[in-house]
Amino acid sequence: MNVVVCLKQVPGTTQVKIDPQTNTLIRQGIENIINPFDTYAIEEGVRLRERTGGKVTAISMGPPQAETALREAISLGADEGILLSDPTFAGADTWTTSYTISAALRKLGQYDLVICGRQTLDGDTGHVGPQLAEMLALPFIAYVSQIEEIADGSLRVQRMVEDGYEVVESPLPAVITVVKEINMPRLPSLRGIARSKSATIPVWGAKELNTDPGRVGLAGSFTRVIRIFSPQRVCQGEIFQGEAEEQVDCLVNRLKDDGFI
Amino acid sequence: MSSEHYRGVWVFAEQRDGKIKGVACELLAKGRELADALQTELSAVCFGHGIGEVEQLIAHGADRVYLVDSPALANNQEDLLTQQLIEMIQQHRPEIVLAGATALGRALTPRVAAALPTGLSADCIDLEIDAEKRLLLQTKPTFGGNIMAIITCPKARPQMATVRPHVFSRGEPDSSRKGEIVKLDFNRERMTSRTKLLDFVAEITETVRIEEADVIVAGGRGLEKAENFEMLDELASVMGAAVGATRAAVDEGWTAYSHQIGQTGKTVCPRLYIAVGISGALQHVVGMQTSECIVAINEDPNAPIFEVATYGIVGDLFQVVPMLTEKLKKR
Repeated sequence: MNVVVCLKQVPGTTQVKIDPQTNTLIRQGIENIINPFDTYAIEEGVRLRERTGGKVTAISMGPPQAETALREAISLGADEGILLSDPTFAGADTWTTSYTISAALRKLGQYDLVICGRQTLDGDTGHVGPQLAEMLALPFIAYVSQIEEIADGSLRVQRMVEDGYEVVESPLPAVITVVKEINMPRLPSLRGIARSKSATIPVWGAKELNTDPGRVGLAGSFTRVIRIFSPQRVCQGEIFQGEAEEQVDCLVNRLKDDGFI
Repeated sequence: MSSEHYRGVWVFAEQRDGKIKGVACELLAKGRELADALQTELSAVCFGHGIGEVEQLIAHGADRVYLVDSPALANNQEDLLTQQLIEMIQQHRPEIVLAGATALGRALTPRVAAALPTGLSADCIDLEIDAEKRLLLQTKPTFGGNIMAIITCPKARPQMATVRPHVFSRGEPDSSRKGEIVKLDFNRERMTSRTKLLDFVAEITETVRIEEADVIVAGGRGLEKAENFEMLDELASVMGAAVGATRAAVDEGWTAYSHQIGQTGKTVCPRLYIAVGISGALQHVVGMQTSECIVAINEDPNAPIFEVATYGIVGDLFQVVPMLTEKLKKR
């Protein structure tokens, strides 16, 4: 089973601030990590390889420093990493990101399953998995919480929905996104760390992927971010005073006056 | 085709087992505002089989309902829904398409946007119109709600966005509203379906559904262990409330994911939300901040939950919660 895992390097915190001068995010001093939801995708790919053989290829699109995320994926058990990086890819929205990754998957050719995390920590969209599937004309299943069976060119999974889960079957190759309930990612192994240091990470740019310049990066993006801002929160509530019992009495009276009880 | 060939606002009205989901009515209420600002029509698009009360979509603001009824569409096979929606958008060319950010909506809309192709934004918390440019201004949280971004889709059409359930209020239905129901054929032969839905297993154990509850009692890390959730169950049963939880509490295995409220869980909008031992991380707050009244019980007076609380008790929850339960029992 050849598995491709798509991952993104993101800031290691959601506690980001906006520079009031430039109205852009302050990225200085923030460490970059693999998007946490993607670590479950890596782990699931590695487990599938351990069960069925084959290999796990990690793919990431990003600036040159995203190479470290791919090395980390190798330390976690991926066999190889490919970085999709090119100045023309910068500023991509989810559509152009999906287009670029789909071009890489076409070039890669041999794969049975593509696994993505459910969404990223920074953009929070969850679009790239389904958009990749559509662009590659592959079947797609979102929010997979368990792979029940995978054999003979098909897979059966459990996927989380609002009130429980669905059991869904699909032919392979397919694209799935996974939720954190699917597994517990392992720590890097010593062997993995050694491999991650010596591994060669090929970089595929616009030339290697033969991408249409009108469909990549900011130039090809359908959406534009016109403004970013920090939401303002002001405390306007009433904090009760006194002993616990007095506070509880106050609360019950207020809730009664307001008609909630 | 340039953008002036696209007119009208569409709402994808999701159904399950023939019942239209509440988020459809919420989107129609907002969609009505958007359509009025653009001086255009509002349509609901509904796919399924034997769907009840389709007229309610008109009562909630739609001028037209496109109804596609077929046994093949009964259980929301995503491949079929995707292809049907793509085809209808290409044929009728709406300028805006909205859908609920449900498990289905979040899987379906990116595929539709990828194929058309056009832009899409996810989990919007506000939608406004720039009438002059006929642009949809889409406000969405990023970085777990720490940063808000306003997004537009300047050239491609339609402009597509998903909105989480309970972000917009649904408004009062007006049964005297007039509208037309347009029934369209479903051509199963033309469609391919590769994924197959085999089974659905319900996982909600409690009687009150959290998305529809008027009162929610929710617990976080401050509860310290699974057994202490029983304290919340007791308070909830006295109040006729549902029990919710933060991601931290679910990650600890204290309760099931179906109870999780927040960015990666459910968005709720009850009349009363009682947050017990919840610090108020933005990841949680974005899922409950539109509640009508928020009560916070936490021992840390600096906990950010007090910033969104209507009423706050700074104290030991193990003392306060049983006391509150007792007092409410006696009433």
